[in-house]
Amino acid sequence: MIGIVDYSLGNIQNVKNALEKLEQEFILSSKKEDLMECDSIILPGVGHFGEAMHTIETLDIKEDLIELAETKRIIGICLGMQILFEYSTEGEVPGLGLIEGTVSRINTVYPVPHLGWNTLNSRYETLDQKDVYFIHSFMVTGSPYVIATADYGVEVPAVAQNKNIIGIQFHPEKSGDAGLEILRKAIKGGL
Amino acid sequence: MIKKRIIPCLDVKDGRVVKGVNFVGLRDVGSPVELAKRYNEENADELVFLDISKTQDGHDLMLDVIRETAKALFIPLTIGGGIRSVDDIRQLLNAGADKISINSSAIKNPGLIREASDTFGSQCVCVAIDVKYDSEREDYYVYTHGGSKNTDIKAFDWVKKAAQLGAGELLITSMDHDGVKGGFDIDFLKEAVKLVNIPIIASGGAGNIEHFVELFDETDISAGLAASIFHNQNVDIKELKETLDQRGFEVRLP
Repeated sequence: MIGIVDYSLGNIQNVKNALEKLEQEFILSSKKEDLMECDSIILPGVGHFGEAMHTIETLDIKEDLIELAETKRIIGICLGMQILFEYSTEGEVPGLGLIEGTVSRINTVYPVPHLGWNTLNSRYETLDQKDVYFIHSFMVTGSPYVIATADYGVEVPAVAQNKNIIGIQFHPEKSGDAGLEILRKAIKGGL
Repeated sequence: MIKKRIIPCLDVKDGRVVKGVNFVGLRDVGSPVELAKRYNEENADELVFLDISKTQDGHDLMLDVIRETAKALFIPLTIGGGIRSVDDIRQLLNAGADKISINSSAIKNPGLIREASDTFGSQCVCVAIDVKYDSEREDYYVYTHGGSKNTDIKAFDWVKKAAQLGAGELLITSMDHDGVKGGFDIDFLKEAVKLVNIPIIASGGAGNIEHFVELFDETDISAGLAASIFHNQNVDIKELKETLDQRGFEVRLP
């Protein structure tokens, strides 16, 4: 069973559609007792880091999420990836601190947001040379746990993995068959 | 590096995909869900749905069509047409839209761009701009309401303003070129892309593969959009992307 953390930040429908396509059972909840029943937890998210952390504080689930990360597989997608890290300049607030690194605005000569299909570079076969869909203005910096990047005038961290915790900056649920395969592998135990 | 994007546009009226020439003379070309599935298989990079019934008539978000399409589509979906409020946007995103596109309502209420990007993030806010050249005043102007109203706003000014207000992307349609199949409005697009640091989708005028080559060759535009040439399969998306690849542009191949 997969638990999608419900913290009212859009885009949940497309994660649900992807899990249905992958024939995975899931629940949508923000309650710790529900999420404790799951093997994998997906943190979706579109929007503003500060807003997301504010919602998490309001729902009083920050400590629950940190506790769940001790035993469950956690998969953060897009903004859900960013909040796994220690801090973001978007909103100037701390994240969940589950992976070392911080989040700041993409500094490149190209247009921001980094929007569109880009190719992954990775030593992981599941990820390397796959074209996936990105749409974001902030990115992870200073993390030793990055396992895939994309070139956008700057090396954009695309996937980070620290043991059972996986952060995916692009949208696997919107990256065609390649994305669905990456999501399936992430759910099944890592990349 | 980031790929050039090829985006089919589905103009939807009363639940059906239609297409006109120069914004008038609408013709039925199929079911939105069926066409969306086809484009998913043909390796399109994104889809845009424009609900053109709403801009002229009432206010009815085509949520059921969007929900059904999003279930079959694992590429990004942008929804536009008749969006008036942050609440409309929330409903569309919850139904499965990845981005929303606002046009007339952004002109009427520019604050909506800021409000939307602050609430949902600028990456999901696309501002659509319909542009027409005024030969008397020798400048480009913005039109709204499906191209029927001249706003008297200079197009280059609005391009800059929309970006400043927090748009994450612009969808620029040249009305002089739309439906004519004589190529994109290179002159306008070349200038527009220099004014902003956000991605621009070019629309209006594509009639064949060479028009896309010309667009990407002569401008820094990152995406080309078209409707009828893809619906009628006058231009095959697979062949288009292979050609672009051979000419040295980065595209997503199957």
